[in-house]
Amino acid sequence: MINLVWLVPILPLLGFLLLSLVNKKVSESVASIIGCSTILGSFIITASVFFGFISGDHAGITLTYFDWISAGNMSVSFSFLIDSLSLMMMMIITGIGFLIHVYSSSYMHGDEGFSRYFSYLNLFIFSMLLLVMGSNYVVMFTGWEGVGLCSYLLIGFWFKNDPYNDAAKKAFIMNRIGDLGFLMGLALIYKTFGTFDFAQIFENAPNLFNPNTESSIMIAITLLLFVGAMGKSAQIPLYTWLPDAMAGPTPVSALIHAATMVTAGIYMIIRSNVLYTMAPTTLAIIAGIGIATALFAATIGLVQNDIKKVLAYSTVSQLGYMFFALGLGAYDTAFFHVMTHAFFKALLFLGAGSVIHAMSGEQDIRFMGGLRKKLPITFITFIIGTLAISGIPPFSGFFSKDAILEAAYAHSPLFWGLGLLGAMFTTFYMFRLVFLTFFGDFRGSSDQAHHLHESPLAMTIPLMLLAALSTFGGFLGVPEVLGGTNWIKSFLSTVIVPNTKHVAHHLTRDTELGLMAASVGVALLMIVIAWIVYGVKKQIPSRNESDFGVAHKVLYNKYFIDELYDIVIVKPLYFISQITHRFIETKFIDGIVNGFGVVVSASSNSLRHIQNGSVSFYLFMMVVGSTLLLMLLSILEQIFNLLK
Amino acid sequence: MITALLILIPFLFGLLCFALPGKSASKIAFESSILTFIGGIAAFYFFSKGQVELLEYSLPWIPSLGINFHVDMDGISLLLVMLTVFLTPLILLSSQSKAYSQSSNFNGLVLIMQAALIGVFTAKDAFAFYMFWELALIPIYFIALIWGGENRKAVTFKFFLYTTIGSLLMLASLLYLYTKTPNGSFSLVDLYQIPLSASEQTFVFLGFFLAFAIKMPIFPFHTWQPDTYTTAPTEGTMLLSGIMLKMGVYGVIRFILPITPIAVLEWGWLVILLAVIGIVYTSIIALKQNHFKRMIAYVSIAHVGLMAAGLFTVNAEALQGVIIQMLAHGINVVGMFYIVDLISRKCNTDQMDSLGGLRNQAPILSAFFLIILMANVALPLTNGFVGEYLLIVGLFQHSPWMAAVAALTIIFGAAYMLNAYQKIMLGAKQDKFNHVEDVNAKDLMVLIPITIMIIVMGVYPKLFLDISAPSVKEILNAFHQGNTLN
Repeated sequence: MINLVWLVPILPLLGFLLLSLVNKKVSESVASIIGCSTILGSFIITASVFFGFISGDHAGITLTYFDWISAGNMSVSFSFLIDSLSLMMMMIITGIGFLIHVYSSSYMHGDEGFSRYFSYLNLFIFSMLLLVMGSNYVVMFTGWEGVGLCSYLLIGFWFKNDPYNDAAKKAFIMNRIGDLGFLMGLALIYKTFGTFDFAQIFENAPNLFNPNTESSIMIAITLLLFVGAMGKSAQIPLYTWLPDAMAGPTPVSALIHAATMVTAGIYMIIRSNVLYTMAPTTLAIIAGIGIATALFAATIGLVQNDIKKVLAYSTVSQLGYMFFALGLGAYDTAFFHVMTHAFFKALLFLGAGSVIHAMSGEQDIRFMGGLRKKLPITFITFIIGTLAISGIPPFSGFFSKDAILEAAYAHSPLFWGLGLLGAMFTTFYMFRLVFLTFFGDFRGSSDQAHHLHESPLAMTIPLMLLAALSTFGGFLGVPEVLGGTNWIKSFLSTVIVPNTKHVAHHLTRDTELGLMAASVGVALLMIVIAWIVYGVKKQIPSRNESDFGVAHKVLYNKYFIDELYDIVIVKPLYFISQITHRFIETKFIDGIVNGFGVVVSASSNSLRHIQNGSVSFYLFMMVVGSTLLLMLLSILEQIFNLLK
Repeated sequence: MITALLILIPFLFGLLCFALPGKSASKIAFESSILTFIGGIAAFYFFSKGQVELLEYSLPWIPSLGINFHVDMDGISLLLVMLTVFLTPLILLSSQSKAYSQSSNFNGLVLIMQAALIGVFTAKDAFAFYMFWELALIPIYFIALIWGGENRKAVTFKFFLYTTIGSLLMLASLLYLYTKTPNGSFSLVDLYQIPLSASEQTFVFLGFFLAFAIKMPIFPFHTWQPDTYTTAPTEGTMLLSGIMLKMGVYGVIRFILPITPIAVLEWGWLVILLAVIGIVYTSIIALKQNHFKRMIAYVSIAHVGLMAAGLFTVNAEALQGVIIQMLAHGINVVGMFYIVDLISRKCNTDQMDSLGGLRNQAPILSAFFLIILMANVALPLTNGFVGEYLLIVGLFQHSPWMAAVAALTIIFGAAYMLNAYQKIMLGAKQDKFNHVEDVNAKDLMVLIPITIMIIVMGVYPKLFLDISAPSVKEILNAFHQGNTLN
């Protein structure tokens, strides 16, 4: 089966090509069959390789297809690395990808760009697979840029709407800022190791650098790669594109902007864990930015009223958690959270899509309420997703979040406290969302009330499957203290080199249980508070911004970061652009040139009798003249030689 | 022999075109360009089969002065010839969609230009090189002057003046070298053997460099370029940006690196600095350009700036990057100008602010635009990535900070390109453009080959990198030898 692994990315690529060529000529059902079947094919191959791999010795397999870019001493091959990490990612991408394709076939029904949508979605799966399957940084970068393009195309999918186009452009450009770091990281890796190949780099790194002292080159490489990760995975200060990216169709938000693409930065760091472990300074910075992003985004999420915006800030915040875990050196824990988050956040977004679908496009939770009666499946699955993200046992998020908090506590109780604070916010805004959306009385128009309906099976079945994954997914990483074996940790141990230097002191059994109890207790408390505020007192957020207090206003406006970037970066850049063109270019540089031209033409005026106004004559003269000049020179030289 | 034929065929057909009526001239010109293209394919075939003796042609020209009409192709020449023979038919096709007055003259000039360009890229004799260099200027000058837009006289005069000054400086350097050869020879092989002192090299370098820097152009010798690109008819702009500017890049590889290696080591940093300043400077200007064609003109300077910086790092990665980027840039910029021209003809405006929502009326055009745009912003698996990536990594080995500044182009590029795309293509449907039709069959004949090349070169660049690799190695050897000899 491993011989067929190349088909895993190629099938979606073929789907993309086919769908772009036939475009509007086929019916919706044909387009969705093409779009979904390619991903299903990829999933089946991935799954069979995956289960074959589990029963084997977990050794990574490199498959080289062709020599891609070679120049000088550089040789980049187009090759894949199939190991536990890439296989897990491939399972997530093709598995959740397939469910979201199926969901989309119903959600996008009637859209005039139906087949275009599926072609983009297929192209995305192709790129995302390249990203995780590549066996060197250049192939990874290829997928990395590819998913950026697909994200651009899908955020701006409804291209008639200019704010959507702005959001798409913003996502692409912000990602490119990160990519500059990535690219420089690549260049430095090449300068340091002379190769881009993962296996060679990770093998050589400990030989090239003394593992006992931190090398500044290693700090630079890891920081530059991390800049790339900040862009793709929406960390401070490059996160503002992700909330705007909600302009895209909701299944896109689920697949790209929650479950897969935005976790690419985390994947990259886990993949490069050998390098990061050698750069504790970088790890400390990552931990700091991670937890800051987690808290910052969570506070914004507390007051947003757009169902997708809440989930978007929640995603930024959860990504922050993952980076926090990375920064603590808990790579496998970060991955565990990537996986559970993919399950429950995809579920929540698809649930939100089902709600929006039922509400005829309405996204503002102030106009919802009481939807649980009309949308029972959506409601139950949404509740499961919410419990999972809030870390209520035995749902998947409990295990992964608890593992992160535990790693934090092992480093310092302060880290744990900050992490817990973030978890509190998370539980609160999620249940605020649930209570405002599904409980109380319906606050929308009577027209909307009339149309309220549960979504068709093509949408609810993916919801139910994701709900199952959100419920049971955490069992892959049950810690020893709860009688588990932490399967995922041992499965990834062939990829993640244990950090011998910074082993966090092991926690006692009682401490571990105590921490769990504390976080679950806090989460339950938050649910109760949210219930009192939004379930019992029914405090519907005001529609009038002037009612807000200062803090509320600041949070509601997302700390005015977008406005700040506009004033500090965008506007000055455009101003400089105009000044450069109007003055430096036109007046100064060209001024000098024109002055020179005036002098020349003035002097040529004095030679008017040979000037007949034809430039071709000049050219002719020039050719003749230079030939004569040549002859003259050679004659002069002959004479010179004779005289000698 | 094949090389000489590749020059002769377009030259003779070009002359023939002048004598023919417009309709049949366009037909003959296009057919002859296909013939030349087939010749180029043959050259490619024989070269990769190792039968290089079929390519060379040498004939005593002015024996008393040691001048030979000597043309031949190494890998670098071959690739640039391939670029020329690939683009010329597309450029001729592009002109067919328009009713140019005196179209027989137009077609004739394009073909003569093609002959001259192939001559420049294949000349093994510096005098022949110079002749072809000058010969290439004449047709483009007339094309810009006769078929150009507003203010064409002044703009063309400026262009002419700039390039002439450059040419004269180059001539001075060439003549100086000539006097230094033992038996008075213009043969490149002999020029490479001349031992020059450091100060001599500096002067020779300066002469060549200014000529090439103006041609490319490198900041701050670029101010003829935006005006000329904007004013010239699109086919002229395509010739200038697609092929002609590569003359300057090629000149650096062929003359400056092997002949004045010490000067390169001494002054290379300055050129890299200018080039990198140029990248940022023109990118910043491009951000706020509202005139579509002029914006692409500035973007072209930024792209060439990266190539120029790569040239003077003189490492194999960057030089291979330069060569593949010359091909990629040529193809992409012609595609981009084709799109520009198509849109401005369909909508009667070049101002991006007055356009918008065209994707509603022309989805296929919009798809091609996006593909070419992505190649322009160096998306991996398009041709633009291979070159830009090699150049940035190569430049980084030389000076990391310069590479970091130069690489800002990946951010700026995304910004101005997506801005343009959004302003022109996206947004609500506008009724004033309801008459706009999507691409027709003739447009596809231009856009499909370009798209194919974008993908082929992006996915399998080895096809091209392998051709130029030995030649680049030779140039580098000559460069390092020259450095150790002195």
